[in-house]
Amino acid sequence: MTIADMVRILNAKVLIGADKLDTPVYTACCSDLMSDVLAFVDEKTVLITGLTNPHVVRTSEMLDLKCLVFARGKIPAADILESADEQGLVVIATKLTAFSACGVLYENGLRGVPVPVEWDSKEGD
Amino acid sequence: MEPLFKTVYQVARADYTSAGHASADIKRKLKQLGVGGDVLRRVAVASYEVELNLVIHSLGGELELNVFPDAVQLVSADVGPGIPDLAMAMKEGYSTANDEARSLGFGAGMGLPNMKRNADEFNIESTVGVGTTITMRFHLA
Repeated sequence: MTIADMVRILNAKVLIGADKLDTPVYTACCSDLMSDVLAFVDEKTVLITGLTNPHVVRTSEMLDLKCLVFARGKIPAADILESADEQGLVVIATKLTAFSACGVLYENGLRGVPVPVEWDSKEGD
Repeated sequence: MEPLFKTVYQVARADYTSAGHASADIKRKLKQLGVGGDVLRRVAVASYEVELNLVIHSLGGELELNVFPDAVQLVSADVGPGIPDLAMAMKEGYSTANDEARSLGFGAGMGLPNMKRNADEFNIESTVGVGTTITMRFHLA
């Protein structure tokens, strides 16, 4: 799907990057823990989050993410959006919770970023 | 060997607002120097992690970028407090970050292991009461 499809599916508001909505997206991840995003995300993907501090945009910058989706109707402050704009990120906001946003996107064909997880054998598999 | 390019950033303790500025600048500079793709991304992630560590855990320090013909090097050197148990600190999920860092989405105990994963060469030395120095090299293919 494209970011434009995500906007339609999530009934989202486009905050930044209205000229890049035809960007194709294949995967997404959802987290409020930027540590995990930095550690496990290896591709230019979409991040769905409820966290609206500047580090969400900085994390996206370091990882070259394509699109940020803010859930639960949260809108980040103007300076945060400005820095997202400088980086060429697309930023959209939806009234859906992160859980529901992930659910409808998955239903429409978007898949999770592959994350290799190893368990110790004593923890089961 | 003298680096082709060198720059040093001061990183202040607990300056959560500016955390990431040095790394964003490093990424920009490397891009201008023609470093791209996977290496640029790995340097950016490791740089951001180490910069955040300076802000969250150290009493202040500096982050140095050296660019050699065959590698990018990042050196983080702080003035304390030092890490008492390096083996624990290198374990995924172990963190001593405070609530402020956690409220910003950090402190999951992934920083040091993630730096090690992203760098081609990783070295950490720490002395309690003196400081911690982390050296990372990223090979340019």
